[in-house]
Amino acid sequence: MLNYIGHRLLQLIPLLIAISIIIFVIIQLPPGNYLTTYIQQLELSGTAVNQSEVLNLQHQYGLDQPVYVQYFIWMKNILFHWDFGNSFQWQEPVTKVIGDRIGLTMLIAIFSLIFTWVIAIPIGIYSAVRQYSIFDYIFTFIGYIGLAVPNFLIALVIVFYVFDHTGLAISGLFAPEYVGQPWSWGKIVSMLERIWVPVVIVGTAGTAGLIRTTRAMLLDELGKQYVITARAKGVAEKKLLFKYPIRLAINPLVSTIGWTLPALISGSAIVEIVLNLPTTGPVLLNALMNQDMYLAGSFLLILSVLTVIGTLISDILLAWIDPRIRFGGMEE
Amino acid sequence: MISDEQTILEVKDLKIHFKLHEGLLKAVDGVDLSLRKKETLGIVGESGSGKSVTTQSILRIIPQTAHLEGEIILRSEETGKNINLATLPMNGKEIRKIRGGEISMIFQEPMKAFSPVHTIGNQMMETVLLHRTKDKNEAKEIVLQSLREVGMSNPEQRFDEYPHQLSGGMRQRAMIAMALASNPAILIADEPTTALDVTLQAQVLELMNNLKEKTGTSIIFITHDLGVIAEMSDNVAVMYLGQVMEYTDVDTLFHGAKHPYTLALLKSMPSVGAAENKRLEAIEGNVPTPINLPKGCRFFSRCKLAQDGVCNVQDIPLVKIEDGHYVRCVLVDEKNRGGR
Ligand SMILES: Nc1ncnc2c1ncn2[C@@H]1O[C@H](COP(=O)(O)OP(=O)(O)O)[C@@H](O)[C@H]1O
Ligand SMILES: [Mg+2]
Repeated sequence: MLNYIGHRLLQLIPLLIAISIIIFVIIQLPPGNYLTTYIQQLELSGTAVNQSEVLNLQHQYGLDQPVYVQYFIWMKNILFHWDFGNSFQWQEPVTKVIGDRIGLTMLIAIFSLIFTWVIAIPIGIYSAVRQYSIFDYIFTFIGYIGLAVPNFLIALVIVFYVFDHTGLAISGLFAPEYVGQPWSWGKIVSMLERIWVPVVIVGTAGTAGLIRTTRAMLLDELGKQYVITARAKGVAEKKLLFKYPIRLAINPLVSTIGWTLPALISGSAIVEIVLNLPTTGPVLLNALMNQDMYLAGSFLLILSVLTVIGTLISDILLAWIDPRIRFGGMEE
Repeated sequence: MISDEQTILEVKDLKIHFKLHEGLLKAVDGVDLSLRKKETLGIVGESGSGKSVTTQSILRIIPQTAHLEGEIILRSEETGKNINLATLPMNGKEIRKIRGGEISMIFQEPMKAFSPVHTIGNQMMETVLLHRTKDKNEAKEIVLQSLREVGMSNPEQRFDEYPHQLSGGMRQRAMIAMALASNPAILIADEPTTALDVTLQAQVLELMNNLKEKTGTSIIFITHDLGVIAEMSDNVAVMYLGQVMEYTDVDTLFHGAKHPYTLALLKSMPSVGAAENKRLEAIEGNVPTPINLPKGCRFFSRCKLAQDGVCNVQDIPLVKIEDGHYVRCVLVDEKNRGGR
């Protein structure tokens, strides 16, 4: 097992390097850079910009260096100084702009994931075991609605409904008095009071899909020979169900955690804008539109690293629960 | 079929029908079988004859959607009483006591028949804890002993291994060990060697025969291979399309079989002894799906001797032509009565 984990960790290094290069290339791809956008804006507002000032700015931001030098400087600062560069737009270090936001985004993503699993898996199991029962049809129907309705619409409806009934504006993650304040017990409570809204909204979309997947996986397992063997041994039906087919149906779902996390993070951007949440989605969108390259790049880098870590964790979990993977696959 | 105090299992007029969109599928349609103590009953027939459904219905492990009719009488050794398994509630306590307890089953593909994510030991302990003892240490002893009996080297190590770590032959031995660990009165083996290569097949068959000698377990042995039947069985039921076509002792099967289907099966079987270049004749056509079958003999569509107007008029009964020899064929019936 330790061997396996070490092996997987080693594999990560080239992967992460490749990702960082790709990200850097991508944020360099659009014509122009932050300065050209900036100068354009100055000119539009009537301010004359002279050539030496432009050169000065270019030098200050390191934009006069060749691209690969810019990449190495960026990487060096990240690795040795935990410095992701400055945001052009905010005139502040990237870490300061997004530090809290990344944390909150992750929190929402993880809660959403838990929410999704807790709701979807029991329903999926029930639907499979009582296939074609009335509840199976009802859950299937609700599931399709959940799949079809866009998240932001659900977000708007919930915000409106709560406001209409309680007069409480639940947009944002904190009550107004805590916005911009340092963390405190009250702030945490305020956050927990509101975080369920995005969690439920982001989670619902995934729930529908996961119900379908769980149901299909379990139906597949239920007909397998080892289930018949267990039944032929005299094992009681409920015990048999949980020990064998459900266990085997859930195994592959564990491996989806890795790519569910980034999907949750990026998929929730629109909801976050609608709900006015201090998370990453809105900032990322903005940074990409304004060619704020270090901000956008750092963002993408951090999300990618989190994805890779998520995948690693789910792979390790999977190896832990499935001996066939732990022992290096089938021997036949 | 004869039934005396030596009979421990009797199947009477068993019918298993599945309602499908295409119509009523009669997987088993009026099967009689009887199994005596220490006997091995072979069931042979092409794939799709209803062998698996018949035997799985004895343990009531066929899908709940199946319609089951007839009697399955088990003369319980524990209680000395007759139990009709066909009327026990599905998945209820009584039938679960019998499953894996008085009647054990082993299956065709040992790789698929074990859960891939539980150890061999875990899966065997489950049976023993259900049927032999509640004491974990004692159960483990029984499991290890059982693994030893089927000739597994290093049982302590095997105990903690997963199915994919064993070879195919070892897996089937483990399966047999699991089935026998509960000391069953009856062992049902559904094509246990079909998935194995020939050498392993011979080893496993020998093992089963040895264990049978030792434990006195009665065996129902399913196969589509007459060679295996010759090695294993005392009596044989030849099945086709959900019915028993011929029922007899194993010697008569090979030297005095009467039913055209049995004869066709025999002709299609390669025999080791025959030196001359005897041509093998595969039975023409395929086993049809038993939906909306026409009246008359099931084998009519593929039988070389079939006579229109004779064989396809009425359903054919299973007729006794000698003690212990039953045939379901009007032609044979007539010939015998005609004094030949
Ligand atoms: N669960 C089921 N639903 C519908 N038809 C079935 C089912 N199980 C078996 N059958 C049908 O019953 C017939 C007998 O099958 P089976 O007992 O498996 O044959 P054998 O074991 O002799 O090869 C086949 O036609 C098969 O398609
Ligand atoms: Mg079969």
